[in-house]
Amino acid sequence: MSVTTDATVRSGQDRKVTRSRRNVAWTGAGALVVVVVLALFPYIVYSGTTAIMVQALIVLTLASMWNLLAGYAGLVSVGQQAFFGLGAYFILIPAMHGVSPFAALPIAAAGAAVVSFPLWWLVSRLRTGYFAIATWVMASAIALFIEQIQSIGGGTGMPLPGFAGMDPTLLAAYTYWAALIVAVVAIGSVYFLLRSRLGLVLTAIRDDETAARSSGVKVGLARLLVFVVAAAGCGAAGGVLAIDQLQVVPGTSGGVFSVQWTAIMAFAVIIGGLGTIEGPIIGTAVYMILQQTLQSYNAWYLIILGLVAIAIAIFARRGLWGLLDDKFNIRLFPVGYYLWSPGETRRRQRAKGPAPVS
Amino acid sequence: MSTSATGASGQQRAPLLDVRNLIVHHGQLRALSGISLQVFPGEVYAIIGANGAGKSTLLRTIAGLHYPTEGQILYDGRDVTRMRPDKRATAGMAMVPEGRRLFPSLTLEENLKVGATFARSGPWTIERVYDLFPWMKERRGQKTAQMSGGEQQSVAIGRALVANPRVLLLDELSLGLAPVIVQRIYGMLPQILSSGVTVLLVEQDVSQALRVATHLQCLLEGHSTLEGRPADVTAEQVEAAYFGMGGHHAATASAAENIAAEGSEA
Amino acid sequence: MSWVNAIIQGILTGGLYALFACGLSLLFGVMRVVNLAHGDLATVAAYIGIGIIAITHVPFLWSVPIVVAIMAVLGYVLQRSLIQAAISRGELTTLIVTFGLSIVIENGLLQFFTANNRGIGVGSSLISSSFSIGSGLQIAWLDVAIFGLAVVVLLGLQYFLSASKYGRLIRAVADDREAAQLSGANYQHVFGICAALAFATVALAGISYGMTTVVSPTTGTDTILLFAFAAVVIGGLGSLWGTLVGGIVLGVSQQIGAQINISYELLAGYIVFLVVLVIRPQGLTARRSQT
Repeated sequence: MSVTTDATVRSGQDRKVTRSRRNVAWTGAGALVVVVVLALFPYIVYSGTTAIMVQALIVLTLASMWNLLAGYAGLVSVGQQAFFGLGAYFILIPAMHGVSPFAALPIAAAGAAVVSFPLWWLVSRLRTGYFAIATWVMASAIALFIEQIQSIGGGTGMPLPGFAGMDPTLLAAYTYWAALIVAVVAIGSVYFLLRSRLGLVLTAIRDDETAARSSGVKVGLARLLVFVVAAAGCGAAGGVLAIDQLQVVPGTSGGVFSVQWTAIMAFAVIIGGLGTIEGPIIGTAVYMILQQTLQSYNAWYLIILGLVAIAIAIFARRGLWGLLDDKFNIRLFPVGYYLWSPGETRRRQRAKGPAPVS
Repeated sequence: MSTSATGASGQQRAPLLDVRNLIVHHGQLRALSGISLQVFPGEVYAIIGANGAGKSTLLRTIAGLHYPTEGQILYDGRDVTRMRPDKRATAGMAMVPEGRRLFPSLTLEENLKVGATFARSGPWTIERVYDLFPWMKERRGQKTAQMSGGEQQSVAIGRALVANPRVLLLDELSLGLAPVIVQRIYGMLPQILSSGVTVLLVEQDVSQALRVATHLQCLLEGHSTLEGRPADVTAEQVEAAYFGMGGHHAATASAAENIAAEGSEA
Repeated sequence: MSWVNAIIQGILTGGLYALFACGLSLLFGVMRVVNLAHGDLATVAAYIGIGIIAITHVPFLWSVPIVVAIMAVLGYVLQRSLIQAAISRGELTTLIVTFGLSIVIENGLLQFFTANNRGIGVGSSLISSSFSIGSGLQIAWLDVAIFGLAVVVLLGLQYFLSASKYGRLIRAVADDREAAQLSGANYQHVFGICAALAFATVALAGISYGMTTVVSPTTGTDTILLFAFAAVVIGGLGSLWGTLVGGIVLGVSQQIGAQINISYELLAGYIVFLVVLVIRPQGLTARRSQT
């Protein structure tokens, strides 16, 4: 019996490569519908609801950024509150000089991004655990520094000027739309960033850093980019908070520089699913539910959030979305690749259900 | 394959180590496909084979550093397949791992002391190890990282011996050592055996293995290609089993399996 | 003369910082765990001490061994359950779990004890008094005692690690976990002992801190974590006595800063930390393969 020692080589022409199994046009349309509906909220719901939505959108933005950092670039930052707080101040300072806070939102993002460069230089060489502590210490230092500056409120904070005389309902609507725009831009940026070459680079680094480096991948540059983008996102979110609260209060307990913001975004991501774009959405929802139901119990919702996050980190590492994904194999935001065998169509593989390559 | 053997006196003995149909995976890669062996007290059982044949995987699985997908490992009649490695060590299975793996921040004597921490009672003590390797005594306070490969290998063996094991697992003793050093180390084997220790060793150097073994098995790509006593096998048989040519086509058989499997996935 | 006073004060405080730092150093050196909740554990110890004294009215010195024992047991249990589970799932999970612990602890303390500052009263015992040297030096006995405690603890740790059976095992497991297992060591048990030790030292540090100054639920991360980390960084990772050196450098810098301007004390700490981060990050940086 003769045995051929080389397997039959299949023609490359027969294989198709797409970004997802299902037709992403449907999810794209769905996302658009969702955003349009959300944009119409101020016309259809009470301002109490939009106020809650603003909070949710802030957390959603923050969570997406933390997910980008930790889930895709492996950077566990416990100091994102620095950029969050700075973003708020980058709204306050222009507002004190007559610039409309809404117009200052891009400044908040850009300002935070600029600050992130020297910070990155300080902490980038550190190993994961020490990176985390260092970012935490940096944030405390920045908070301490800002609190010394009396002209912007010092340790007690300052109200946000620029909205004098504006109709409260209109203000609420504008605030809501600002929050929505920031969140959509943030998530959209993350999505397109990960679909691009950067996404591939990040996955390569995540899988095997040494191999990626020897393949010529500029690991440091990729991580820097992620760090800067995350800083910008957190800064914008901080700006939205300033607008929402109509004041900027520093302070490491309860103020904009509180580590609790990092805790919220980190826990939301962990619970929702680290390393997936859908995860932060679910995590934010969980956070909002907890926060709304336990609001009168002060610190309890953070305690429970923390405990749940610990439990999920240990028992369900891919978070709630990971559990859903394992069962139903859905990708709302396809950033991976799927390799089709020849002759395979969507109808056929729904029956077989192989796992996508991503 | 019989489950016991008759000794010189004609009586039945039970194997000290009984490995049955071990299937071991490294992730998706199948490293061992149905390996079995029996080591009887007082034997020197050698497992030979080329690089990647699965020899070290086999030893590591027996020692407990890796758990098999299927199969059983019986030690002194007890099923230890899922037992933690430290429990196997205290039960009398001591391994000298591949690459020596001494504790670099500890001195020579401290390395031995660690080995003696959970030792069973028996003839081996740190002093006796110093008798076996006289050079160690003056250098007991030195950090082992500065020592030569051969010296490190001796320390590693000593560390395993002071635990007074019943079975000594030796993983690739010759790796990275000059032939004359290798011979000297293997020359210690009789003294080790005379203290009542049974030896299961893995060795790439076939001639060295054949010199000391009472029993051998040859592995090729996770399959067993030869088994028996050195006296009963010819050099040609060993060579064929080692490289997989002639006789039992272990290599081509597995290749054919892979191709057939891939065809059904299309 | 006040400068000399400040420097001596700084040196003495360095002992306290070393106490904070050695637990962190131990956990990382042996288990590669960066415990983000480290500072909060010290705070917890202080609160347990406060609680015990409030409930049982024992003399404050008695609270020390009790709290240390409680924390040591807590350390062992926490290590073998939560932290071990996190370690086996990777560095990211470990960070998240310890960060989660930190937040849970802080908010838990906030919930049950409110945000007020509290302290462990040392009353009018000998230890609360101070003595003078010359005309300008005023040194508190408590500070000397704490420094002495730190030195004793470091000596004890060093002796334990170098000469005892379990100390050897801890070093062996830190070197090569698998090889230690092959020699019969249950590495999880060894990790537990190590964590118990770390928790015990941090408990001592926490109680001492509570005696010299006040604690609040966020003290752990506001100040202690920074101090501990800075001391480890300055002294060099992996060196026990280095944490004393690091602590002293930090303490002295802070006191000098305070002499210049009272509000510069904390700032001085951050500056020292920053400087060291830039010029001497040995052991903190990732091993990079040079391309």
